[in-house]
Amino acid sequence: MEKMSRVTTALGSSAFSGRTMFCHLDAPANAISVCRDATQVVVAGRNIFKIYTLEEEQFVEKLNLRVGRKPSLNFSCADVMWHQMEENLLATAATNGAVVTWNLGKPSRNKQDQLFTEHKRTVNKVCFHPTEVYMLLSGSQDGFMKCFDLRKKESVSTFSGQSESVRDVQFSMKDYFTFAASFENGNVQLWDIRRPDRYERMFTAHTGPVFCCDWHPDDRGWLATGGRDKMVKVWDMTTNRAKEIHCVQTIASVARVKWRPERKWHLATCSMMVDHNIYVWDIRRPFIPFATFEEHKDVTTGIVWRHQHDPYFLLSGSKDSTLYQHMFKDASRPVDKANPEGLCFGLFGDLAFAAKESLISSDANRKPYPGGDRRYPIFFFKKPDPTEQFAHVSSALSVFETDLDSNRMDWFVKTARLYLLSGKPFAELCDHNAKVARELNRPQVSTTWTMLRIMFSDPANLTTPGPNHNISKLGTLPLMNSFSMKEMGSGMGSESRLERSKGESRQDNIHLEPGNSHISNNNDENEETEGSEGQAEYMFGDAELDDDDLYSMEHDNQTEEQEYILPQEAFQLRHEIMDNPSAPEHLQQDKADSPHVSGNEAEVMCLTPIESFSLISISQPLFSPHLPASFFCPVVREMLSYYAEQGDVQMAVSVLIVLGDRIRKEIDDLTQEHWYMSYIDLLQRFELWNVSNEVIKLSTCSAITCLNQASTTLHINCSNCKRPMSNKGWICDRCHQCASVCAVCHHVVKGLFVWCQGCSHGGHLEHMMNWLKSSSHCPAGCGHLCEYT
Amino acid sequence: MTERGVEIPRALALGPSAFIPAKEMLKEGPDQDVLLEAFLSLGRVDHITMVMAMHPSYLSCFLRTQHALLELDGPLPRPWRHYIAVMAAARHQCSYLVQQHSAGFLEVGGEESWLGGLEFVPTKLRSLQTLNKLLAHRPWLITQQHIQELVCPGAESRWSLAELIHAVVLMAHAHSLSSFVWGCGLNPEPDHIGGYTFYPPSPSNLPRSPHSPAHEDGRQELADGGMEVEVLMKRMVELQQQQEEECSQEEMLTRFERERSESIPTAVVRGAPPDVVLRLVEDPEFIYEDFAPRGEQAPPTMRAQDYSWEDHGFSLVNRLLPDQVGQLLDEKFQVVSNLTYHRMAMHEGVDTHTLRKALWNYIHCLYGIRYDDYDYGGVNVLLERSLKVFVKTMACHPEQTTARIYHAFWRHFRHSEKVHANLIVMEARLQAALLYTLRAITHYMR
Repeated sequence: MEKMSRVTTALGSSAFSGRTMFCHLDAPANAISVCRDATQVVVAGRNIFKIYTLEEEQFVEKLNLRVGRKPSLNFSCADVMWHQMEENLLATAATNGAVVTWNLGKPSRNKQDQLFTEHKRTVNKVCFHPTEVYMLLSGSQDGFMKCFDLRKKESVSTFSGQSESVRDVQFSMKDYFTFAASFENGNVQLWDIRRPDRYERMFTAHTGPVFCCDWHPDDRGWLATGGRDKMVKVWDMTTNRAKEIHCVQTIASVARVKWRPERKWHLATCSMMVDHNIYVWDIRRPFIPFATFEEHKDVTTGIVWRHQHDPYFLLSGSKDSTLYQHMFKDASRPVDKANPEGLCFGLFGDLAFAAKESLISSDANRKPYPGGDRRYPIFFFKKPDPTEQFAHVSSALSVFETDLDSNRMDWFVKTARLYLLSGKPFAELCDHNAKVARELNRPQVSTTWTMLRIMFSDPANLTTPGPNHNISKLGTLPLMNSFSMKEMGSGMGSESRLERSKGESRQDNIHLEPGNSHISNNNDENEETEGSEGQAEYMFGDAELDDDDLYSMEHDNQTEEQEYILPQEAFQLRHEIMDNPSAPEHLQQDKADSPHVSGNEAEVMCLTPIESFSLISISQPLFSPHLPASFFCPVVREMLSYYAEQGDVQMAVSVLIVLGDRIRKEIDDLTQEHWYMSYIDLLQRFELWNVSNEVIKLSTCSAITCLNQASTTLHINCSNCKRPMSNKGWICDRCHQCASVCAVCHHVVKGLFVWCQGCSHGGHLEHMMNWLKSSSHCPAGCGHLCEYT
Repeated sequence: MTERGVEIPRALALGPSAFIPAKEMLKEGPDQDVLLEAFLSLGRVDHITMVMAMHPSYLSCFLRTQHALLELDGPLPRPWRHYIAVMAAARHQCSYLVQQHSAGFLEVGGEESWLGGLEFVPTKLRSLQTLNKLLAHRPWLITQQHIQELVCPGAESRWSLAELIHAVVLMAHAHSLSSFVWGCGLNPEPDHIGGYTFYPPSPSNLPRSPHSPAHEDGRQELADGGMEVEVLMKRMVELQQQQEEECSQEEMLTRFERERSESIPTAVVRGAPPDVVLRLVEDPEFIYEDFAPRGEQAPPTMRAQDYSWEDHGFSLVNRLLPDQVGQLLDEKFQVVSNLTYHRMAMHEGVDTHTLRKALWNYIHCLYGIRYDDYDYGGVNVLLERSLKVFVKTMACHPEQTTARIYHAFWRHFRHSEKVHANLIVMEARLQAALLYTLRAITHYMR
């Protein structure tokens, strides 16, 4: 108990010990108060009025002040206060408007001493003078404060707040004559007890009711107020105007505020609604509570520090019918759970990183930041007591500068601008994008695009230019560089392809594996088509065709080898290859329906590309002779994830959009949304608004597309009275003038309105254009030289 | 058009209210600005607005609240908001509001079939029925179980707390507005059922809509018997000066209970409400139930000091709904509780505070809310029986309001003062219903 010994020294002989403990009350408490020597606590509520003694291990009920078979409403307490000078004296504020004093020294069971029924409404607060024995102050819902001399039968003075209900009254700890009152309308008034006619000072402290106020026990000028607006404010009252010096934002309305003894910067708060915890704040760090007591199950209604010089014991009463003694050492410290590191990027890619000093000091490689000493303590405590300060008081801030050139994002901007995401057939998009990437010196990305095109292109238009190779590798077919092996459903495939094909594909470009491959019933169509060289290989598994036809095509290949090296360019010869959006599911279904699922490998016809492709090839064994596009989906999915992981979310999103339905179902919606969001965010940072909008438009995630529908409102002010126009765009509510009148035709403009930013005159777009063609002055006659560009 | 055989309907009602002569309203000199504002935002000046325009400061506040509830950002989709208002108004058979909000519902793209009956709406909306019923007639029965059933029954019909509070505020708003509509005897709008006719006017037989409030003029019979204004004023002064005599707890409780359970005859059976309304009501027999006289079983009483709008209700609404609604409601309560013109009937410079307070507390008393610091003896002194009949009818059985009841109380008072009383009833009722529900929600969140 090292800490306790310090307390002992602080308190002299009157030290006490204890632990976190509680007892059940019979009814919800409204307020609590302790006697001066901190050995007893009184609990008051609608149906309870009891005194408990605080023992080492427990609360012991000492006295029930609520006597009588049917206690009157005078016992229904809104507030209670124990006199800090006179041990036997208590005062309560009753909900029916009575102010009652109690004398514990009375011999009878009923300790009621005096009864003042001068207030017409509920009395919210009673307060004894800190040093004057007989002076009691009350504040009521009826808007009056009354000062009672307990030796007399009625109040000695009445203070009228001239406004709404009084919520709290507090005598100043240091100024004998001063008290503060807080009001339901947000005001705080300062009164001199000798001058009941007028307040000394009034200021608005909060929006909405000010539920509580508390004078600082040591600093005479400080007043803390708490309001329904969820704020605790500390005011410096020494200056002419009350000055807000600290403000703590809490999460619920503030019902009580109490300065912590012996700690200049600490105060405790509790809330009236929703939040059941008690917080102790260091007002210099208003964003995180210094300590939290989380024991109560319903709102805390009364808090009081057990002794006016002991900061370690807090008592609280609650609507959950319990009375607690909280030990400070048992409080939870939110700061321990808070994230101790901070990270932020600067405008030019610099990275700032703040963390506990101990974490960073081991790193010897840091170079000092030119801005000055990075390490500074956030604040110091006079007493470095570990329980009395925030967990770590100093952080180190490192700034990592970025080499501007190495991290240029030009490629990103250019890529974003040049990529085509829609509007052309799939294969063309791929080719275009591959080309863009290649020109930007990003071979891997370029190659990826090419692969995608090969994997997912519509086989109807595919031709493979390299028969020679094909033939030469016939034997090793199953292990060859086969990018896109597409099974075609027999009937459906050919028909649809027939419709789509433009008759360019050269039949002689089709390479069939001699001997055991069967091409589906699309020979004719292949014969009709020509010129689509450079496409990936494909295979058909269909036994209905006679092999002869296939063989006959086999060797008359005419294409030039050179073209294969740059297949993207070759594609440009071809046009109008229809983008065949074959959803993976669809294909799987095809496969299931296909009579050829039996799929003997012998039926494979595989057309391989030339070696130039091999560097990007996925060489894997063909487990199935029919490889639908869905076969590649896992690979593509991995590839997209890879790019996204690498930070190139641009690639991931672009591919996602270009592939569309082919891949979408493979990737879960959240991931997609995440990618989209990241990419859009990046685009907007680079001010690529058009691209970003295009991406939003093309996305299929509902969460993304709705981005375009937010914030579509344009707020304007009336041109006459300069006030915001709320209802309609063309008529002002306040001055009832048509605000947007065309300066040329003097009619109201509904629709496109153009105006000069210099003189703010304007009108119909067309009218202004015409006018400014012939004149350089403003049509309104204001003399401004307007310009239309 | 007549030549083309198109019948031209003719508005039936003369003026916005069946109780208040139209020229009375003009005489009061409505504030032009407020009406203009109302016209611009609604596209029409409906009868509610016209009558409320007698109290412009209240009207602007009311319109802003209604706008925020129905139009501005909020957790519920806009068609739902109108539909909930329709459901709520139907409980009080208020065909005026039902038709107003049905039109609003269709305007914002609501599914037309929903208006055909509750069986056509999503389960989630339908599950609101119990709460709607209780909120309209016996809000003191609402418990945290009701909230729990709505907030966590799994799957899609679950209400979020924010949605629920929005719905509750909407329902309470529509319920209390129904009271106002009945209490002021508002005529149907010209486009409502019963608001127009195709028959030509005949001078002898003044057309009377069957759906406008019954128009039995009871003025002649009431030549005598009402409390004279002077007497009332004297009592108010007395009550204000009177030193609080020490009453026993028993006595105070008795006074409260006496007011709460005083039997006020309100049974005027009306014709069945129009079909549009009836098919939207479930369990139409459920109505306000008079508290049993003391002794049998103590009816639940809510202590105003334990759960008040200022301390508790506001914080909860403000926490769960987008910023304005709580603020606007708060403002509206304040405006109505501070609204005074310092005059009573022919007398100027009167402090009407005690009278307004008595009225407000009497309504809360009818809903079982008790103020510890109020002596309910005052209610008996200040509120004459005919006024109590009116207030209780309006607050508890608004659909039974008749012109006789309206004309019977405060006979020397102006119409605008009667409308003022109407506003107090409406807001007190709204607050009472909200307090019970919000308390249940608070308990649920605990």
